[in-house]
Amino acid sequence: MSTFEERKAGFLAIELDGAGYKNIAAAVLAAESAGFQAATFKDTPEAGRTNALQRAAFAGPVTRTIAVVPEIDTVYTEPFHVSTQLASLDYVSGGRAGWIATAAVSPEAAAAVGRSFVEGDALAQEAAASIEVSRRLWDSWEDDAVIRDVATGRYIDVDKLHYADFETPADFSGAAYSVKGPSIIPRPLQGQLPVLAAASLVGEGLVPAYTVDAVLVSAPTPELLAAEVRDARARLGSSVAIVAELDVVLDSRGQAAESRALSEQEAGTPQDSRFARFVGSAAGLTELLDSLLREADGVRLHPAVLDVELEELSRLVLPELRRRGVLRPPVQDGTFRDVLGLAPAENRYSTTAAAPLAAGK
Amino acid sequence: MTRDIFQPSGQIQFGIFFQGVNSGTIWKAPQAGSQTDFESFRHIAQTAERGKFAAFFLGEGLRLREHLGRPHALDVVGRPDAQTMLAALAAVTTNIGLVATQNTTYNDPADLAHRLSSLDLISGGRAAWNIVTTDNAWTGANFRRGGYLDHADRYKHAEAFVVTAKRIWDSWETPAGPARRVLHEGQHYTVDVSPRLPRSAQYRPVLFQAGDSPDGRDFAARQADVIFSAHPKFDDAVEFRRDIVARSIAAGRGANAVQIMPASEFILGATDQEAQEKKAWVRSLQIGPQQAIAYLEQFWGRELSSYDPDGPLPEIDPVVEETSETRGSGFHGAKARQLADQWRAEAKDKGLSIRQFVTSKTARIDSTFTGSYTAVADHLAEYARVGAVDGFNISPWLIPTGLDEIVNHLVPELQERGVYPTEYRGTTLRENLGLETPVRSEEPAHV
Ligand SMILES: Cc1cc2nc3c(=O)[nH]c(=O)nc-3n(C[C@H](O)[C@H](O)[C@H](O)COP(=O)(O)O)c2cc1C
Repeated sequence: MSTFEERKAGFLAIELDGAGYKNIAAAVLAAESAGFQAATFKDTPEAGRTNALQRAAFAGPVTRTIAVVPEIDTVYTEPFHVSTQLASLDYVSGGRAGWIATAAVSPEAAAAVGRSFVEGDALAQEAAASIEVSRRLWDSWEDDAVIRDVATGRYIDVDKLHYADFETPADFSGAAYSVKGPSIIPRPLQGQLPVLAAASLVGEGLVPAYTVDAVLVSAPTPELLAAEVRDARARLGSSVAIVAELDVVLDSRGQAAESRALSEQEAGTPQDSRFARFVGSAAGLTELLDSLLREADGVRLHPAVLDVELEELSRLVLPELRRRGVLRPPVQDGTFRDVLGLAPAENRYSTTAAAPLAAGK
Repeated sequence: MTRDIFQPSGQIQFGIFFQGVNSGTIWKAPQAGSQTDFESFRHIAQTAERGKFAAFFLGEGLRLREHLGRPHALDVVGRPDAQTMLAALAAVTTNIGLVATQNTTYNDPADLAHRLSSLDLISGGRAAWNIVTTDNAWTGANFRRGGYLDHADRYKHAEAFVVTAKRIWDSWETPAGPARRVLHEGQHYTVDVSPRLPRSAQYRPVLFQAGDSPDGRDFAARQADVIFSAHPKFDDAVEFRRDIVARSIAAGRGANAVQIMPASEFILGATDQEAQEKKAWVRSLQIGPQQAIAYLEQFWGRELSSYDPDGPLPEIDPVVEETSETRGSGFHGAKARQLADQWRAEAKDKGLSIRQFVTSKTARIDSTFTGSYTAVADHLAEYARVGAVDGFNISPWLIPTGLDEIVNHLVPELQERGVYPTEYRGTTLRENLGLETPVRSEEPAHV
């Protein structure tokens, strides 16, 4: 018999793309007071969609608890800019930032920056390189590099700044490049931001598992999701958090989810979504999440219509999951690393720590 | 009223330039706060908004400044990404413009246009882009394309970039779309963009330009709404205005089409004497003995720490022919030996120590207004009367409280004189600056 203490409480994330750019504050505050641990922001080239990182940055100062986690492409972006932007997001959110590293499969995105189209395994190479650049740049200032030493007139201790000196590997399939460093912003508040990526992008020969903190696992149906989570766990080990992806359509205001789902034009989740889709009552979803949160570390919900689903989730689903002890209570001013159960990030270049970690994640 | 005759508006506006990287911001004083905490940015942006400032500016440097081959240790350094910070500030402010300095050499037009447009939409039409063209292989070492651009081509490239960005912003006929595709075939790369975003409340981001060469001025006269100039002194400002008016007319735009906001610093007090004393204190914290030596080391290219900052200039010669770009745009390309000879002669002539000499050199580009609140207000009213500038972009020497006395004392004096806004005119930056709605950029024939 499992007791309350034995169950590992998980976390819930919610995709807020449906809020657009005019209602970011209201949406993220609603998600925060509902008790979600993280808000994510989509970034695929869709008409009307503003930059995901900026929406996350806007959400940062209006909240105190919820992590803000944008998707940012790793293929057609400049790794140096991406790293600086993410470090800045960590500052404006008080250490609650994360990164869903995506690899765009998009001839349009390639044409827009005048690069050749990348596909197949080369996507993972681009992603791995971009993540590595960011991680090195985040470590390129040691935590105590800003010394403000009036006696010697030094604002920084130059010995605590490091060149990242990144080079793409010899077998890199894209155009080779290098990044010098150091970063132009001090080390982020969390040291290293948690990096998330789709499970399909992570593993042997792809993005190395030790360079990410969590993978996003998807399956075609809710029934298959738990099995997929177990597979990912077996494949990647226990040092990577597993987050299950789930589209949700709920009964609402006397309307059955089935009928809503079919008629909804402004749906935030496309009908051809890659994610498992739960369609039904709040009680049914509570049962599903209860069982999923026993297998996965967290679940990311993609609401069909943000306002509608969020209201049901906040009234009926999250309180019950907390009561059952499968969902963690929110912690004010915690970091996103705390949410994922990550230890403080060691600095790979550290000149003060006794033994720098090799992986340095 | 003719388009070809400049009409002074009789008003001046203020912007705040949170520099983040320089020797101008004091960090040694006990009142000096964090340069990176969000609270510093929030405090200063909200103070500026209380003072009806038109804009909050952030600068950009894409590689850490170096000194003798290592990161420069003495000055304030390390700053957040401009647009990320401004998106966060958009959430805690309502009227102030949000200006991001962004480089045309190390960005992609489609990506930058999209991000600026996003900031514009998220902020309700308050975004602006301060266009800079800093280019060198040393900065390029942080980017995929590396040092691909010749210095001589920087504005050619920048103009193609800005024209492309404008076409991306103008590509939506209506908020519902559909967008026109934007093609740009350049000397360095070709881009084919499917724009994603509708117009903002101010149509498109306001364009500032910072760069002072003749090419830079012509580029601004053709493309920009506002110039962030380096000419704050009255006669120089009047001359710069005359030059920009002439260039704007030559570019086929009206005499009032391009506004001017010089970089500036204010050191104020209840009396002139108090302000002068404060200035001496501020300067002693900005240029200490170590900064004075480091300033010379930049030009000598060698360590000079054995020299007494209160003694004469070094007799040994520089080991470099030319100073490099590693200390930022202001130091680039000076002929080192020639300068050293000149400076030694000058310092000897005037009997100046290293520290006195460096202070005089940095004062040569002094953009400081020093005096009592009333005296400075009278002086600024004169700028407004003749239209020497449209406003000042103020670098506070203290973070985060450096605007307090300006907002609490100088702004009311200016408002009393009727030369400074008492309310925001509107909610967009374009409205608040009094800029006209831009004409939709034309599609080139080949698209
Ligand atoms: C007032 C002013 C502020 C500037 N601020 C920046 C800045 O924040 N970042 C930057 O890279 N360059 C900055 N610049 C330099 C410009 O980017 C410009 O590239 C440089 O001056 C070369 O152009 P020019 O030859 O026309 O002057 C600034 C220039 C001026 C005049």
